[in-house]
Amino acid sequence: MTTYHLTVNGAPAEVDVPGMRRLLDVLREDLALTGTKEGCGEGECGACTVLLDGAPVDACLVPVCQADRGDIRTVEGLAAPASSPGAPAALDPLQAAFLVTGGAQCGICTPGMLMAGRAYLDAGGGPDHDAIREAIAGNLCRCTGYTKIVEAIALVAGAHP
Amino acid sequence: MTTRTESLHALVVAPGTIAPGRVRPAPPRRREGPAKLTGTALYTDDIVVPGAWYGATLRSADPHATFIALDLDPAFDWSRVCVVTAADIPGENVVSSIKSDQPILVPIGGTIRHHAEPLALLAAPDRSTLREARGRVTARTVALPGVFDPLESDHTFASYTIGAGDDIEAAMARAEIVLEGEYRVGHQEQLYIENNAMIAVPTEGGGVTVTGSLQCPYYLHAALKRGLGLDDAAARVIQAETGGGFGGKEEFPSVIGLHAALLARKAQKPVRMIYDRHEDISATTKRHPAIVRHRTGVTADGRLVAQDIEIIMDGGAYCTLTPVVLSRGALHAGGPYRCPDVRIRARATRTNTPPNGAFRGFGAPQTEFAAEVHLDRLAERLGLSPLDIRRRNLYHPGDITPTGQVLRDSVAAEEVLERAAEASEFVRLRARTADARRRRAGSGSLPGSALRTDRERRASGIGLALAWHGAGFTGSGEIKLASVASIELTADGRVRVLTAATEMGQGTNTIFPQLVGEALGIPDDAIDLAPPDTAEVPDSGPTVASRTAMVVGGLLIKAARRLRGTVEAATGGSFAETAADYARQHGPTRIDQKFEPYPDSTTFDDELYRGDAYPAFGWAACVVQVDVDLDTGEVQVNEVVAADDVGHVIHPVLAEGQVEGGTLQAIGYATIEEIKLRDGRYLNDRLATYIIPTALDAPRISTILVEAPFHAAPHGAKGIGELPMDVGAPAVVAAIADATGVWITDLPASPERILAALTGRPDVAGPRPGESEPALPPAR
Amino acid sequence: MSPVEPPVTSPTDLAAAYAALADPVSAAGRARPIAGGTDLMVALTGELGAPPATVVDLWRLDSLRGITLDGDVLVLGALTTYTDIRRSTTCGEHLPALVQAAMTIGAAQIQNRGTLGGNIANASPAGDTLPVLLAADASFILGSVRGEREVPAEAFWTGYRQTALAPDELVLRIRIPLRSGREMRFRKVGTRRAQSISKVVLGLAWRDHGEMPDTTGPPGAWRDVRLALGSVAATPIRARATEAVLEGRFPTPETADLAATTLADELHPIDDVRSTAEYRRLVAARIVHRLIREAGGW
Ligand SMILES: Cc1cc2nc3c(=O)[nH]c(=O)nc-3n(C[C@H](O)[C@H](O)[C@H](O)COP(=O)(O)OP(=O)(O)OC[C@H]3O[C@@H](n4cnc5c(N)ncnc54)[C@H](O)[C@@H]3O)c2cc1C
Ligand code: FES
Ligand code: FES
Repeated sequence: MTTYHLTVNGAPAEVDVPGMRRLLDVLREDLALTGTKEGCGEGECGACTVLLDGAPVDACLVPVCQADRGDIRTVEGLAAPASSPGAPAALDPLQAAFLVTGGAQCGICTPGMLMAGRAYLDAGGGPDHDAIREAIAGNLCRCTGYTKIVEAIALVAGAHP
Repeated sequence: MTTRTESLHALVVAPGTIAPGRVRPAPPRRREGPAKLTGTALYTDDIVVPGAWYGATLRSADPHATFIALDLDPAFDWSRVCVVTAADIPGENVVSSIKSDQPILVPIGGTIRHHAEPLALLAAPDRSTLREARGRVTARTVALPGVFDPLESDHTFASYTIGAGDDIEAAMARAEIVLEGEYRVGHQEQLYIENNAMIAVPTEGGGVTVTGSLQCPYYLHAALKRGLGLDDAAARVIQAETGGGFGGKEEFPSVIGLHAALLARKAQKPVRMIYDRHEDISATTKRHPAIVRHRTGVTADGRLVAQDIEIIMDGGAYCTLTPVVLSRGALHAGGPYRCPDVRIRARATRTNTPPNGAFRGFGAPQTEFAAEVHLDRLAERLGLSPLDIRRRNLYHPGDITPTGQVLRDSVAAEEVLERAAEASEFVRLRARTADARRRRAGSGSLPGSALRTDRERRASGIGLALAWHGAGFTGSGEIKLASVASIELTADGRVRVLTAATEMGQGTNTIFPQLVGEALGIPDDAIDLAPPDTAEVPDSGPTVASRTAMVVGGLLIKAARRLRGTVEAATGGSFAETAADYARQHGPTRIDQKFEPYPDSTTFDDELYRGDAYPAFGWAACVVQVDVDLDTGEVQVNEVVAADDVGHVIHPVLAEGQVEGGTLQAIGYATIEEIKLRDGRYLNDRLATYIIPTALDAPRISTILVEAPFHAAPHGAKGIGELPMDVGAPAVVAAIADATGVWITDLPASPERILAALTGRPDVAGPRPGESEPALPPAR
Repeated sequence: MSPVEPPVTSPTDLAAAYAALADPVSAAGRARPIAGGTDLMVALTGELGAPPATVVDLWRLDSLRGITLDGDVLVLGALTTYTDIRRSTTCGEHLPALVQAAMTIGAAQIQNRGTLGGNIANASPAGDTLPVLLAADASFILGSVRGEREVPAEAFWTGYRQTALAPDELVLRIRIPLRSGREMRFRKVGTRRAQSISKVVLGLAWRDHGEMPDTTGPPGAWRDVRLALGSVAATPIRARATEAVLEGRFPTPETADLAATTLADELHPIDDVRSTAEYRRLVAARIVHRLIREAGGW
């Protein structure tokens, strides 16, 4: 066991775990952040996508030792926290756009999709559908046929010309 | 699709509610959307159960064998783990389904029938102990010869004959042209992104509560009662948030749920049974592979005279739902076309491969693929356009189906076809692709050798397909099922919907409040949903067969109307204004609405396969544009126009979502999704080898929703989930043929099969669906 | 099965990494390096072969990063990710085929972590950069407690998933000589458009006489032809017979036919879960035919 220092959704987190534990397990089990999902454990589905120092990575393929002192963002960190207990959380514009277009169906791919989409937008990506499709090509969705996901990302990208 | 241009920044949403303080745009947002979008929705593996153990399944490695003994390494401390074998099963060792042929665990001395068959179960307090224990158990078996080809099997799960019997020869003799063809499709994996998962918690008095990822709480409930010998109350099933099902979580959850429950009961600990992707693909049900043979007689001007169709489905090792899948496949096998003489003979046989089961479309995608491609080939033979041959033969109101069903209202074959053809500019584009094909053929640069490339590398093509899909259960299914859906006016004046219909992405949670709200005259967000828990909700039947909106939704509207009537009669005011007063005075009021046969429907004869097979049909057309790389056979599907008749659109965004998702699943089926087998074992048993479309593989999809209401349902809705699955694959194959001039008869229409057809070299394609891969060469 | 969590050390300098890898008496067995982890992490379930007993994490070895020019040699650190390659103007200018290969690997998440050194050391016959490296006459600088040595790509992959690396040795850098007048083409035929493993992948390089001060002969003839392929044999390979028939020829229809036939004879791929042997053979030949057709402009 080693102590690893992470910043998770802006807050410091310290975990005392084996260094080869997958970042996915650290998030889900040690930090109880179950918003990040596991669909394959092999880097194929992207359901476990989080941002590590701003870049989308598959949390199932990153050992926590490589995330030490890293800045991690998960789906739980997208909406601004409620201003007071019981008050509604302010959704990230991308989350709101998914709600409008119908980008989430069963929702299991959604956290990973949102993070891949967020990284694309943060990097200044525009509303071009082909570019969006490339940015989310590492995230499988079996429910939507991707159309409404692409529309949601394009909607936000278009809102920030 | 219109572009939506709403301002996004003002939206402030609390989990579980619809945006407050805003004028609500119609239709409502997905009810559980905020929870899913913020990561707070709890799927099974997200649920923390203190003290829970981890469970695992020990599986056979043989496709067919006798199970001799289970050897536990004596050097290992077995007191640290819980081992369950068939001998520990308190009830019947049967996974409750249509037949009683599938054991929960193979008993010692019993027969192993497929390579992933469960032999024993293990649970341990932590994962590393579990891993170690798994390495210390061995199953001793004696191998038996396996049957892997459904044509060679001597065990038939089910067979049906529909229609003309022996008169077919006489009818065929009247035709001017007769065309034969054989079509094959392989397995397809549902590939929901959330793997199968269950958590079982033992309860006092020997009961068990199972929470999991599932479509049909009452299927698992029945399985638990039978396998564990429990009564109605002692077995309790709760659906967790479910990350996709597509049929894959219809009957299979009974297996994993029973396993988790058996471990929990013996260990007297909560047990988590969470499959990883490899186990999920290797061991759970798939779409049935099928061989479909057509012999079709037509007049010279392209009118169907006789159809003789033979279907053989591979059921896998156990019966599961095979008879119903086969039945639906057979009932749709002729396609949505009028034909005076039809004979359909269908059988499903047993092989030593994992059992096949429910998957969106339920047998129809297999047979309608064959019907559509065969019709296109007939058109080509007759020099007719694909559009014209369909126009000449499609069903109109008053036509009679092969079971003798008279199609009365709600027949929209023509409308979906014309709308899809028009929106896609089918005629104009097809003239262009036909020109290009002629030019290529006449360019003089035709490759003389398979190793040589043509001057043009890419060819474009356009194809269309038309399909019908029976809404709801087949035949007398709904009557036998006798579902109940309930509505409650609670003491504090809220309205609560109680059904066992589950949300797995299709939108149940959103449309039920819409339907009930409209019937009661109150906003949908004033309506609560009871949790999908067998301790709370009635058995409203399984969430399958596109029946949720039509059947369960219909029951809810009736229940709501009754409730409204009761309240308004008593108070003299509107429900919206007086329900709270009524509740205060009378206490909670609950209406249980039971299914009643639709008026004017004739009953279906399950023996003779005559009568009304479905209360109504949905209709779908699809036009697909592809580019084919002529060097490699790679296909890119670029554009899809899908026109689907759903009777009544309850929620356009959700309906479009169903069409888009189903269309892509069909395109995956058509192009890249494939399971190769060797000795009954899936070779593509990981996500790295079982390939589904990514966002870059997916086409642009435009959806046209057509409404031909089903008058016997109070809202006219017919269901939508499965329709798009029936049309995608034949449309893709037609487009490939339009681009290249070659017909691919097997699915997937892989680059290997396309290149084999283009170069006339069958060895390029490899084995056909249903055939085994050759044995491995000796190790190098 | 749930993944194992073997012990790991995260050295920050090469000497410490060498020492950790050289330690032969580690009770749990020999240590395996991890770079981006996109291959190694998948091995932790033990379903695809024995998982590593202990691991040495290379991620903090910053001396193994960077893309530079050393005279007319392009030098890439082993930890260079596909994203680094895609963003590198140096690569884009001097070896666009490598950028093209990087663009086809996995998708964003994989490209952000997967490294060139990992692709090389992992030694999959389907490694997509490997035919480019072979066709570009790359060589690899390997290092261990015993010092550094240079091994040409041609001599590196010795058998199915076997390499010239000693168990305690690391790939440090990749050196690619830049040759004037060199043209290179990359083509991957995969299972789908992203997250796709190759059925056939190839790199074809040649030099055009007209651009070469050091040769004589008619302009337009091909010299120094290299044809390298992946997913058609137990290792990435060079198709030497095909190279030989192309050498000194013009990209004419006759040349294309000859090359395609020679290649089809030369290759002995196998059937597997992703494709058939005959498809691979045919497609490899047709792609080469196409590339010659395109180069010849007929
Ligand atoms: C979803 C997915 C998609 C993929 N798609 C592709 C694809 O399209 N094309 C493709 O070619 N590959 C693909 N891969 C495979 C993989 O991403 C690449 O091979 C990648 O380059 C490996 O690099 P890495 O740094 O992640 O290696 P690691 O996983 O860290 O290591 C791989 C192997 O190399 C060894 N190793 C790593 N670095 C060194 C070094 N410097 N010296 C000595 N040994 C070393 C490790 O011990 C290990 O055995 C894919 C993988 C996944 C999970
Ligand atoms: S769980 Fe990490 S990519 Fe699928
Ligand atoms: S919404 Fe279900 S997998 Fe994407």
